Amino acid sequence: MGRLNANNVTLAREIISRYPRPKSALIPLLHLAQEQDGWVSDEAMVHIAELLSLTPSEVLGTCSFYEMFKREPVGRNLVNVCTSIACMLVGGDELLEHCEKSLGVTPGATTADGAFTLNEVECIAACTEAPCLQVNYRYFHQITHDEADALFAELRAGGRSDEIPPHGTLTRVRQKIVSQRWAGRGGDGLPEELG
Amino acid sequence: MTVTDAPKLITARFDQDDAYLLSGYEASGGYKALRKALGSSPDAVMAEVKAANIQGRGGAGFPAGTKWGFLPPDISPRYLVVNGDESEPGTYKDRLLLERDPHQLIEGVLIAAFAIAANQAFIYIRGEMPLAHERVANALNEAYAAGYIGRDIMGSGWSIDVVLHWGAGAYIVGEETALIESLEGNRGMPRLKPPFFPAVKGLYMQPTIVNNVETLSNVPWIVNNGGAAFAALGTEESSGTRIFALSGHVRRPGVYEVEMGKTTFRDLIEAPVYGGGIHHGRSLKAFIPGGASAPWFYEEHLDLPLSKPAVDKAGSMLGSGAVVVMDETTCPVRAALRVVRFFAHESCGKCTPCREGTNWLEKIMHRIEEGTGRLDDLDLLLDVSDNLSPGITWPPKQTTICPLGPSAVSPVASSIKRFRDDYLAHIDHGGCTYD
Repeated sequence: MGRLNANNVTLAREIISRYPRPKSALIPLLHLAQEQDGWVSDEAMVHIAELLSLTPSEVLGTCSFYEMFKREPVGRNLVNVCTSIACMLVGGDELLEHCEKSLGVTPGATTADGAFTLNEVECIAACTEAPCLQVNYRYFHQITHDEADALFAELRAGGRSDEIPPHGTLTRVRQKIVSQRWAGRGGDGLPEELG
Repeated sequence: MTVTDAPKLITARFDQDDAYLLSGYEASGGYKALRKALGSSPDAVMAEVKAANIQGRGGAGFPAGTKWGFLPPDISPRYLVVNGDESEPGTYKDRLLLERDPHQLIEGVLIAAFAIAANQAFIYIRGEMPLAHERVANALNEAYAAGYIGRDIMGSGWSIDVVLHWGAGAYIVGEETALIESLEGNRGMPRLKPPFFPAVKGLYMQPTIVNNVETLSNVPWIVNNGGAAFAALGTEESSGTRIFALSGHVRRPGVYEVEMGKTTFRDLIEAPVYGGGIHHGRSLKAFIPGGASAPWFYEEHLDLPLSKPAVDKAGSMLGSGAVVVMDETTCPVRAALRVVRFFAHESCGKCTPCREGTNWLEKIMHRIEEGTGRLDDLDLLLDVSDNLSPGITWPPKQTTICPLGPSAVSPVASSIKRFRDDYLAHIDHGGCTYD
């Protein structure tokens, strides 16, 4: 917990090397920390600051701007229900209300067993598939109340893990840079060995 | 009812299950345009894109070829940045292009980078779209391995890297200077223009072009078929086809690629192959023609063509191609409040009129909807709107660095102007009259 583990430090260094200037890697590194722990701790931000030669306050300054970064622990499953205009018109509010009852929490809160955090969110770009929700940012289009309940029950029982990784894991496929193929003409900050 | 027989330029592979893989993309003609471009010259590619007269598909509608032409010659390094931070309420097209046809975008990125002599390209994708990330990451890995990206591309001697970058939840980052700030690792707050026009002082203060996902996804077709063939579709001022996301109270909500200029809003909403009409046989109350920022349209606007000049002239915009339909049962106060809430939530806080104004608009709208509104709230809403957007004109006169703040005025001013009686009824009745 906290500081990035050895594997993630290696990955962080590789990510940093893709950018002309190291600070550009800040958001990807914050995602890496969140993937490791499910949230972004102060220790992780201090470690990222060391890796990028920034101050911890610079890291916090960026981190606190972006809604996806959670600076305290959240449930294993982040349930984001859209109530923006397109969803609101066709049942987004009712879906949120149902999820509140079904999970027994209000938006922003986490269930006692730590399985779910419920959020009310703005548009998630699935407007023609409304109403919709995301679990750990995986989409569920045109979801009915019964389907939502079934989904929650399955998740509580540990199901769907192939489809929905724990909170923090955004992508299971990473861009890989093969140094023989890397052109390295991006500008002033590229490391020698990649240039 | 007009349904033109224009070909599908960028959604042609949406029904092809394996189009997101290199094998599937190559099997349907993929990367031929890149080969053709590399066999010609940057100037020749630039000329085709200018001839196509393709307007940017992100919202502002600025012609892409002209934008590229703003780059000062001979200054490097210079960068190409892809704006994939799709977040405008109602907008749903870039995510599909990223998920279903990532190689088409990558090919467009490579051709554009070649044309503008970019040193490196970045694809910035909204954080909340993991499948798009996975598909684009995999496509980049495949394209690097196949020699389409990286060092000495297809033996041409030309080299470029394309880096996938993630957002982390902020609508404002869709504004191109805010996107650049975010890509530099900062809070996503827009920069003042001038002096920070990206083409002159962009990423790392170097010349930078920021293009939308849909705009660049058109580039392979343009190179394969020629700019003139693209310009022959649609009308002179609005060329080509465009993706519209049709949502709300229609029978067949969906994402439709239609020919610009010739198709009308009525066609899009009512044609059986598109929206199929208002659901449950109801009538139309209002529709948003181009994303949450756009002033609302009504029955009398249905026969306007999907063309930038026509919609601009009528006092709104095609914006991000998001059409949100509201039927007669919709409470206009609640609908406007929901849109204002979005802008209040997404204001970055840099400019006072937006930071304060959007939040006050939301608070006042909220109390009217909840039944504690006062009669003078209507004037107060218009006064706050006027402070954000002097004269409440369209396009707005700006009091802020970017258009977010004035955008919040659109739903408020539109709904008060058209549905004043509904506001008065809320105030009289002490709550929503549609519940």
